[in-house]
Amino acid sequence: MAINHSTAPADTGVRGPEREPVTLDVNGATYPIELEPRVSLLDALREHLDLTGTKKGCDQGTCGACTVWVDGRRVLSCLTLAMSCEGHQVSTIEGIAQDGELHPMQQAFVDHDAFQCGYCTPGQIMSAIALLREGNATTDADIAEHMSGNLCRCQAYPNIHAAIREVRDADDGG
Amino acid sequence: MAMRPITFFRAGSIDDAVAAVSANPDSAFLAGGTTEIDLLRLGVIQPTLLVDVNELPLTYLEDTEGGGVRIGAMARMSDVARAPRIVERYPGMSQALLLGASEQLRNMASMGGNMCQRTRCAYFRDGQSPCNKREPGSGCSALTGVNRGHAVLGTSDHCIATHPSDVAVALVALDATIRTIGPDGTNTIPIERFFLRPEDTPSVEHPLAHGELIVAIDVPNVPVARTSRYVKHRDRVSYEFALVSVFSAMRVDDAGNVAELRLALGGVGTVPWRAHRAEEALIGRPATPENVAAAADAEFADARTTPMNEFKVTFAKRAIVRELSEVSS
Repeated sequence: MAINHSTAPADTGVRGPEREPVTLDVNGATYPIELEPRVSLLDALREHLDLTGTKKGCDQGTCGACTVWVDGRRVLSCLTLAMSCEGHQVSTIEGIAQDGELHPMQQAFVDHDAFQCGYCTPGQIMSAIALLREGNATTDADIAEHMSGNLCRCQAYPNIHAAIREVRDADDGG
Repeated sequence: MAMRPITFFRAGSIDDAVAAVSANPDSAFLAGGTTEIDLLRLGVIQPTLLVDVNELPLTYLEDTEGGGVRIGAMARMSDVARAPRIVERYPGMSQALLLGASEQLRNMASMGGNMCQRTRCAYFRDGQSPCNKREPGSGCSALTGVNRGHAVLGTSDHCIATHPSDVAVALVALDATIRTIGPDGTNTIPIERFFLRPEDTPSVEHPLAHGELIVAIDVPNVPVARTSRYVKHRDRVSYEFALVSVFSAMRVDDAGNVAELRLALGGVGTVPWRAHRAEEALIGRPATPENVAAAADAEFADARTTPMNEFKVTFAKRAIVRELSEVSS
């Protein structure tokens, strides 16, 4: 997938520490909001935009529950400042389904029972779709290696990997 | 944990970034943020102004005269790892990058930031324990604490924190150069001089002035590196720091003797560890298991261990023997 680096806004000077106007582009919609510079992308999504699909697990870059895409690349929203995302395109689990239809990876997770508690699932799915786009899911070992940044304490890994394989092997895969 | 309030400046040029940090003693550059945001939230570092350098045009990779590669400081680990010229010329460096962190973190983390990442010593990170790196003069909790993961080479009485980087291990073996722009102009720093051993000042990790920004890393043409490898041994198979890692590139001549060797170690040093002694011991000799073991012994002759991390010496020696034997066969 081509990386679409939107043009960053012009020099906006030193901002904060109080709330400042920030414009975030999330799932194709533009959100003008006010944030302190210290607010992470994760907290901006959850607390300011009410997009609570992205989960806060460890909040220190260890678990992957907060995985989203910025300009199409999977990143950890807990270690990303929201203000640094201005001018970039953020994608979250809420933007994956199209026209009321689950994304094939979402459907595969359902079909393969690829979760138990479900808390890590949005991050797993955002990572899994990105993994297929990256093209590094040829073998089971590849999948395990490139999904290692998404922990599942319920240990649903075999079913997560089965879901990924199914989408990979489908004609319209992901 | 809530982060302290900060101010934020998105730099539009290198000059603006350097000027903004230079002008404020409580400021810091913000690159990928994978260490920095974490440490800010933990209260381990406390800059009041972050100068975002993510928009700077420093994501390039380009050939240098003589067949080397210049890597822009903001190039992301995942992109560098898969760049054809890196895979072809320095496969061990590509492997080191891909064995570090997770794909999400590699998509975020920049090469310049990787050089400046901080130790994962738990006493440094907890924000409270005595730690000479975080609070100079407060003592080192790791010396008598839980130190299984700590360094055995390059330590001092004041710090035994392990340097966490994988790719930096490759870069010290490749004699890379760090290029910077700071308040006093441009600078080039040979990479082994860029990583400072703790000695009496563990809080000083790099010879960088405040406001001096890494803009590129130059990797020279190293033909033997085309067959280089990086092997990482750790407690789980992925997404974990090294207990011992080995970067190696070796050429054996027609007589069966080691003609060239570049060997560096991760997980065992307070800095990314170039194994100069082992290299010197093996040059001109066949890489028999006995000779390699003797070379590894020489490298670890001054190792300083604790009951919890002394296994690393044996582990590293075995890893070196296995690695060089494999490369030479």
